[in-house]
Amino acid sequence: MTGLSIENISMRFDLPNGSHVQALKDVSLHLNPGELLSVLGPSGCGKTTLLNIVAGFLAPTGGRIVLNGHAVRGPDAERGMVFQQGALFEWMNVRDNVSFGPRMAGRRAADYGQEVDHLLDVVGLRDFKEKAIYELSGGMQQRVALARCLANDPDVILMDEPLGALDALTREKMQGLVLKLWKETGKTIILITHSVEEALLLGERLLVMAPRPGRIHTEYRLPFADMGVGQDLREVKKHPEFGQRREEILGMIWDMEEEIMGRAEEAGA
Amino acid sequence: MIPLVLYIAIFAAAFFIVRLGVRRLTERHDYTALKTVTFGDESAVRPDRWASVISILTIFLLWGAFTGSKWVPVHAPGPFVGDTQFTYTSEAPDGTRDDATVFVRVFEVGAEVAEPEIDPGDGFAKNDTITVGAWRTKLLSFDQNDEITRKDGAHIVAIDGQPVEAGGEVRTDAGRIAITSKGSINYEPPKGMQMEPIWLPPPEAVVARVAEIAGRGYQNFTLWEHLGWSLYRVILGFILGAAVGIPLGYAMGLSDWFRGWFDPIVEFMRPVPPLALIPLVIIWAGIGESGKIILLFLAALWIMTIAARAGVSGVNITKVHAAYSLGASRWQILRHVIIPNSLPEIFTGARVAMGVCWGTVVAAELVAAEKGAGMMIMVASRFQLTDIVIMGIILIGVIGYGIDILFRIAERWLVPWKGRS
Repeated sequence: MTGLSIENISMRFDLPNGSHVQALKDVSLHLNPGELLSVLGPSGCGKTTLLNIVAGFLAPTGGRIVLNGHAVRGPDAERGMVFQQGALFEWMNVRDNVSFGPRMAGRRAADYGQEVDHLLDVVGLRDFKEKAIYELSGGMQQRVALARCLANDPDVILMDEPLGALDALTREKMQGLVLKLWKETGKTIILITHSVEEALLLGERLLVMAPRPGRIHTEYRLPFADMGVGQDLREVKKHPEFGQRREEILGMIWDMEEEIMGRAEEAGA
Repeated sequence: MIPLVLYIAIFAAAFFIVRLGVRRLTERHDYTALKTVTFGDESAVRPDRWASVISILTIFLLWGAFTGSKWVPVHAPGPFVGDTQFTYTSEAPDGTRDDATVFVRVFEVGAEVAEPEIDPGDGFAKNDTITVGAWRTKLLSFDQNDEITRKDGAHIVAIDGQPVEAGGEVRTDAGRIAITSKGSINYEPPKGMQMEPIWLPPPEAVVARVAEIAGRGYQNFTLWEHLGWSLYRVILGFILGAAVGIPLGYAMGLSDWFRGWFDPIVEFMRPVPPLALIPLVIIWAGIGESGKIILLFLAALWIMTIAARAGVSGVNITKVHAAYSLGASRWQILRHVIIPNSLPEIFTGARVAMGVCWGTVVAAELVAAEKGAGMMIMVASRFQLTDIVIMGIILIGVIGYGIDILFRIAERWLVPWKGRS
């Protein structure tokens, strides 16, 4: 079976004082190749833990991840990762960062050079190839991170709040870029975000997770990502259904947060 | 005390002169100059180059002024040189008293001196002469030419009319005159306020020594050989320490077993100052080169180990995760992520280690060595050759500072991203 299967994933952390935290419980999901899933949820719902399990950085205490028919056992080049910030290598210039994956795979410069140049064009950094990472703005650094991930041609791209550290204007531009890259490359993408708008705009599918234990609360299929390709994202936001969905999901997360607060107060009393 | 007061006075005076005078003319017009809040904003505090220049000049000025340097136009009062005199009053056992004059000739040490010609005078106490070098003292058996000597029961009761007894002293214009417990006169001419060259030689004497020892050498080796040997020991010891310490630190940062095995050793050896190892190293390896190299190796080893370990633990985990999900192997992650990422820590450690090694080599040479900067100043101090000692200290400081600057330049060149990510 092609695509990414998340099968009954559970994650339980045992604490030194004998108690335990159920970070994830029986999370199951299947992503077809080329789907873009955005994941939302209040803090503590286990969305980053889930992403780390899919990436192979954490072994789940139950269940398994299957990608294109084989089980995931650790990090691998087939699953690329884009982090919020701090994941670029400051001791390399922009081009060496982007070509890191091909170089580690032992490919020759003659072989990957054109591809890397093309990616730098796509993310709009053609003139910044030789620049050092610390000379770039936050938005440009995330463009490098996207290009670096794509240069490795992974089957799945995992994004952990990739735009979370950017200012609002840059963020909007980058959302357009993510959509464009998704459509052009046809990659399977899981995107974790704190922004309901971003999740609605980018997610072909949208997962709202609930905390304690971390689980899938509601799943949506959305038309906005397709609308947004090649279009002004601000127009998409004006769509009546967009506003309705936003309010619905915000209310949902708000209720979850309230519940957590209530439980914390009960425990405190 | 007086030099300190002068120093503070020059500090304050220069401050007001520069602030009110020169600064008006050379005001800076950059962004920082527009900041109104500077007290508390460390980035707005820039060293005033006028102050730095005046500070260095002041040190040389005070040094020259209080050592009688020919390079400095003003001087503190120097020691008395020339002829002077004082009188003593001797009392015979029968109570009769007689005055006699002591003619003093104070000469510069090293100069030829002639005894003053005098008239012995009348009475039972006869006039005496003293020749004494500046800053020196002279014991005078005043009665050796007297008619009634101390053996006969005579003793001094006054100097220049001021009453004095055995064990006491008086100060006159001629200097300090003390009466010893046995009744002799111990004479010290006025010293002035300058330092005697054996305590602190003037700057030109130190410079002359540099030229002399650079050419003729001292204790069988020229100055450059002494310094070169010290530097060679430091560099060799440091390189060996880094060659072992850096891989060890990486291993401790990457493997449970290495961390567990070496943690107790490193944590125990870290607080032991290298100087405390000198006696043991001398017992084991003697005072030759191997002992010094072992000591410096040990001094650098723990610092570099800890720096490399800190460098590994300072790697942002997202960089390592990113490298893994880009398909890098463990070896590639070590080579392309961990090592470059730890370079800033390694450089900081290397600067500290070089400083410690430089201090340790000088100390080790002070204890025992055939050559080296420390040995040179230690031997010179035994012979009161203060100019060599001061020259050695200055050159040791200059070299230590130079090493640090070289490391800083190398750091800026090799780790340009430090503090900017």
